[in-house]
Amino acid sequence: MPLRSDLKKVVMIGSGPIVIGQAAEFDYAGTQACRAIREEGIEAILINSNPATIMTDNQVADKVYLEPLTADALESLLERERPEGILAGFGGQTGLNLAMKLDEDGILEKYNVDLLGVNRESIKKAEDREEFRSLMYEIGEPVPASAICNSLAESEAFVEEAGYPVIIRPAYTLGGTGGGFAYNHDDLVDKVESGLEYSPVKQILLEKSVKGWKEIEFEVMRDRKDNCIIICGMENFDPVGVHTGDSIVVAPIQTLRDSEYQMLRDASIKIIRALKIEGGCNVQLALDPETSNYIVIEVNPRVSRSSALASKAAGYPIAKLAAKIALGYSLDELTNYVTQTTSACFEPTLDYCVVKFPKWPFDKFREAKRVLGTQMKATGEVMSISRTFESALLKAITSLEINLNSLSLPSIHEMTDSEVFAKIDEQDDERIFALTEALRRGIATIDTLNERTKIDKWFLGGLQYIIDMEHRLASETITPALLREAEEMGFVDEEICIVGNTTRDVLQDIRVYNDIYPVYKVVDTCGGEFEAKTPYYYSCFDQVDESVRSMNDKVLVVGSGPIRIGQGVEFDYCCVQGVIAIRELGYESIIINNNPETVSTDFDISDKLYFEPLHIDDVMNVIKKERPLGVILQFGGQTSLNLAEKLDARGIRILGTDRKSIDLAEDREKFNQLLKELDIPTPKGYTVTSKKEAFEVIKDLGYPVVVRPSYVIGGRGMQVVYSDDELLKYITEAVSLGTEHPILIDQYIVGKEIEIDAISDGEDILIPGVMEHVEKTGVHSGDSISVYPPHTLSNEVADVLIEYTRRISRALNTVGLVNVQYAYDGKNVFVIEVNPRASRTVPILSKVTGVPMVMLAVKAMLGTKLSESEYGVGLYKKQKYTAVKVPVFSAAKLTDVDVAVGPEMKSTGEVLGVGYTYEEAIYKGFLGSGMIIPTGGGLFVSLKEYEKNPHSVGIIAEYQKIGFKIYSSGGTGTWLTANGVESETISYDEARERIGDDIQILINVPKVVNKMTSKTFKLRRRAIERNLPVLTSMDTAEAFLIAIEKKQAGELPVSRTIAEYLS
Amino acid sequence: MNGLLILEDGSVYKGIGFGANATKVGELVFNTSMTGYQRMLTDPSYCGQILNLTYPLIGNYGISEVDYESDKIHAFGVVIRDLSIRPSNRMSVMTFSEWLEKMAIPAVHSVDTRDITMRIREHGSMKAIITTEDMTLADARKLMEETTLRDDYMKEVGCKEVTRFEGNGKKVAILDFGIKNGIIDRLRRRDCDITMYPYGTSAEEILSSNPDGIFLSNGPGDPSEAIEGVETVKELIGKKPIFGICMGHQILSMALGAQTYKLKFGHRGANHGVIDNALDKAFITSQNHSFAVDPVTVDQEHVEITHLNLNDGTVEGIKHRHLPLFSVQYHPEGSPGPNDNDYLFDQFIDLMGRK
Repeated sequence: MPLRSDLKKVVMIGSGPIVIGQAAEFDYAGTQACRAIREEGIEAILINSNPATIMTDNQVADKVYLEPLTADALESLLERERPEGILAGFGGQTGLNLAMKLDEDGILEKYNVDLLGVNRESIKKAEDREEFRSLMYEIGEPVPASAICNSLAESEAFVEEAGYPVIIRPAYTLGGTGGGFAYNHDDLVDKVESGLEYSPVKQILLEKSVKGWKEIEFEVMRDRKDNCIIICGMENFDPVGVHTGDSIVVAPIQTLRDSEYQMLRDASIKIIRALKIEGGCNVQLALDPETSNYIVIEVNPRVSRSSALASKAAGYPIAKLAAKIALGYSLDELTNYVTQTTSACFEPTLDYCVVKFPKWPFDKFREAKRVLGTQMKATGEVMSISRTFESALLKAITSLEINLNSLSLPSIHEMTDSEVFAKIDEQDDERIFALTEALRRGIATIDTLNERTKIDKWFLGGLQYIIDMEHRLASETITPALLREAEEMGFVDEEICIVGNTTRDVLQDIRVYNDIYPVYKVVDTCGGEFEAKTPYYYSCFDQVDESVRSMNDKVLVVGSGPIRIGQGVEFDYCCVQGVIAIRELGYESIIINNNPETVSTDFDISDKLYFEPLHIDDVMNVIKKERPLGVILQFGGQTSLNLAEKLDARGIRILGTDRKSIDLAEDREKFNQLLKELDIPTPKGYTVTSKKEAFEVIKDLGYPVVVRPSYVIGGRGMQVVYSDDELLKYITEAVSLGTEHPILIDQYIVGKEIEIDAISDGEDILIPGVMEHVEKTGVHSGDSISVYPPHTLSNEVADVLIEYTRRISRALNTVGLVNVQYAYDGKNVFVIEVNPRASRTVPILSKVTGVPMVMLAVKAMLGTKLSESEYGVGLYKKQKYTAVKVPVFSAAKLTDVDVAVGPEMKSTGEVLGVGYTYEEAIYKGFLGSGMIIPTGGGLFVSLKEYEKNPHSVGIIAEYQKIGFKIYSSGGTGTWLTANGVESETISYDEARERIGDDIQILINVPKVVNKMTSKTFKLRRRAIERNLPVLTSMDTAEAFLIAIEKKQAGELPVSRTIAEYLS
Repeated sequence: MNGLLILEDGSVYKGIGFGANATKVGELVFNTSMTGYQRMLTDPSYCGQILNLTYPLIGNYGISEVDYESDKIHAFGVVIRDLSIRPSNRMSVMTFSEWLEKMAIPAVHSVDTRDITMRIREHGSMKAIITTEDMTLADARKLMEETTLRDDYMKEVGCKEVTRFEGNGKKVAILDFGIKNGIIDRLRRRDCDITMYPYGTSAEEILSSNPDGIFLSNGPGDPSEAIEGVETVKELIGKKPIFGICMGHQILSMALGAQTYKLKFGHRGANHGVIDNALDKAFITSQNHSFAVDPVTVDQEHVEITHLNLNDGTVEGIKHRHLPLFSVQYHPEGSPGPNDNDYLFDQFIDLMGRK
């Protein structure tokens, strides 16, 4: 069954903004799907609201609609484009839900569009618990005792029979949001309530828990002919009980005998056949290690995070093949992309071990509970490949960038034995370190830990091997044989030095003399059986190297590692664009990265892909192997930039802005000195290392001040401080954090924040565009709504910004990209921060201005002058439309995190609203962000003193004017009355009760953030749980008015392509 | 213990020896299956071969009392990347290493098995020596050179006398070239009443028990070494339904006039796609063979090629256009490997029903 010949034009639905549970993996899947469509000569039309993605670049699809993922926007698109088909299985739950809605609303029928690859029945059967369960009964696949409940009473009745523990899962949610375990009646009440709340259909599944069983996943593919194959089987290190997105996952399956493996494989295939899915599907199963009985946990009827992982782990591009299947092909008609000679209808075999390790945001959300359960909390993940489990595990730890290269976590070292056990029992993100500590101390054995945690003994055995090696390194002389063994097991030099009490020089001697260096092996899907054409490598300490160095001139791009708050998919965008530019300019492109979700680690993006940790040793090994003419660090965010000093010290050429300039930009004092010389104002600031010093400098600065530790990403630990009390509290907390770096105290400029990204060739700069933030200074730029082009700045101010940017670029001698953040207090322009690297806004500005920023940056790095390019120098022409970036928070996933915005970044993703007017763009931005836009009802307002000003009065009055009933807290109410705005004063508790009933909007600028016990915190959380707008800055509230008014007017925005706007 | 593997092409792999303290010369082959090492090694078809496993972590789930394809290890030696000394599975009764020691099979770990695989891919399956004894390279090389590889191990591994597995269903006569337990299990699950004969048994004797069908088993080596089997099958053709697997497929094809040839490095694994032309559907198969049926020599007038390997287009199955005879090159019983092809046993039962 070859390609469907009736398809001329196909729409691909993206997954929208990055949230926990739905991240870069869909950029990867969607990009592959678009390419698969175009390869067939079919026009690919993409809709996605996420501007940071690679797929929304003009090279990936034929037409790109950066529009909200709403039924209205889709309908507008369908009306204009009239495609024959829609691919909805590549945009995560968002894409599927949207397709379901279009189908239900009859829109697909109206426009005569086919849903390709998935059909409504499959989705329903896979995702509706009741339908899924009855299907499983029908085909004889075991599912745990369970019940669909719509109320607490029904849930209680179920538990009466099935007994505890039970697991609660809300229907149709992302990442298991709102679910959890119940061990007793109290838990039950709690979890059932939240589960019902979270489920959009107010339905939950109660299930007898199989906690402690082995958790196994299969990625299955099926085509129209009913051919089924397994792409990859995966086994979770953490048994059932921890969300698979929060589990350490190992591929392939390690501890199942063939008969057990085949039993689960058969079940998976039976299920995908029963669901009649055409494309990819993920099946999760649990196996009882005591009896080999199993149950089916759940099915994802689409490509997913797991399929991205499986694709990278097995070298089999699931999304690409799934797209081909959706277009009509069968598996036996397709070719294995890796060998290019053998069939795609086979099951990849791995001759290495893969470990996926989640990346959690607990370093940023210090208040959040670290306990892991059924609700996913990780923002990203790393993957590592090696020949053994131990080595893959240690590589994964190194890749996490948590200042750790081993399984020994200092904070756990200091614990007492009972604390270590308590840590193990808690099942949090650091459990693995507690497990190893227990083994290290000899206070537990593999058997006792297995009893305690149900983690398979084989995995615990892996930890024991590592501990055994630690003991050997500590007690034996380090011989070449021992060093090789340690390296084979994944120990890095630093760790060998620490544990073995030796020095790098000693190791270096042994290494050089005995040639102990890693070799690179190919990920080839077939265990070496066939010749592979793909340049996808991993390192190991084996004997023969398969990576052959070519004679071409090469450039190495260092990637950005796992997705985390403050460093998201936008840096992957820059890396991928960088690689494409390098290739276009005639160089061989090499990338090193460790994030399995991303496009950059797709094996056909670069000339060579090294799937490796971004540790200096690993990067140096690749450099030693490839001898590139230079290394590009500025695309991978702070991760890669942090390597500058080390690479420079090793004599490696850094392309673009050099190490000295990077250092200059990042060293506060030196940089302030430079600004002084350039006559550019900057907030006055000091670096302090003690409490005494801190209070000393306050005498000079006065409050408010901004405090933060040096060298941070995403404003981690940053705070605006208004008083001595607050300062004292901050200092004690920051110091107790154990940061080695001093604290910075800066004058806090109240005013507008403006952001500029420029390309610099060392002489000239090109500024594609300027972005102005809606929120005043004090809100992290990543969490601000920002607008291109600026809509309130005068030309004079803009000229100053450009001039300052030029001066700074030249003085720093930046080559490539540079990002400068400014504050404007109405009189003066201050420089807040300079980042001599790519920034979050580069993909946005590239798209909205049409200036290929990364390409120009690479050209500049390789010696081409900007003046030679068609885009010229200086400020690029202003476009005749507006683009508004709106941040998106994963607040619903992290139940104990404050949603109030501040200097610390909290958002996980963003959307872009684009329109011919500022108002249209704002409206689309809010629509795209998924925020509910109420058109009437109640509004509760509570403001801190600082915000009780005329500006705020005007905003509240406007809400009242357009029909909202104003409720207020006591103080705010009095102030409003005094300023002529009538409101009804109610208590916080009452407000909380009424949220979702008559109160539809919460405007709350709190005095204290991040304090879980405070009443306003609970208020904000309740509003989030009810999925209602929580506006924590008056500027946001003002912008939101525009959206409400648009909605009240019943305006339906028209969807347009980026190219249309640009033309 | 030292572990040494020397290949006929001169390459030397020094690793760590385990299992038996012994030396063996055999044909070095690789298998790409990620599961089922115990079943692989006890498959009689590996007799005479040194098995290099491409999956690097071996021994993870130990050795069970049930995962046997025959009563012993038939492979002459084992080469792996990483040995698991702490197995974990409820069925495990001993470690992989203990088992090899008990079964007197030499093995080597900590060698670059991927490189070995790629070498075989390039040069084809070749002679090799594996030793865990103290032996100089020169001595080992000499021993390897002096040893002639045999292609006729079916003569040794097949049953020596008639063996019965009673059942209440179809009467199946097996011609045994070195059968796997997995195949017997599949037939017994269908309640077949099985009589298993040494493959040299005369057609007359087999027919005297009036079976409903004949099954031709898998087995090691070159099918042309089992010429008595071919002769017997020639006489059985047209008299009873016949189903053959692996060597059984080659023997049936030869009895129907086709010839076989040796593949460069064979097919060994659990992941090959095979298309069933009649169904226009593909199946994932378990494979273990060096020889294949030459399609040019197949008498297309009477014999239809029913299955093809999706990777290299080699013949994976045939059937007679008029008579109830069919066979497949791969292993529908899995063991180890997928169960996707179990339907072929049903086809055999159906064929016997039709007669």
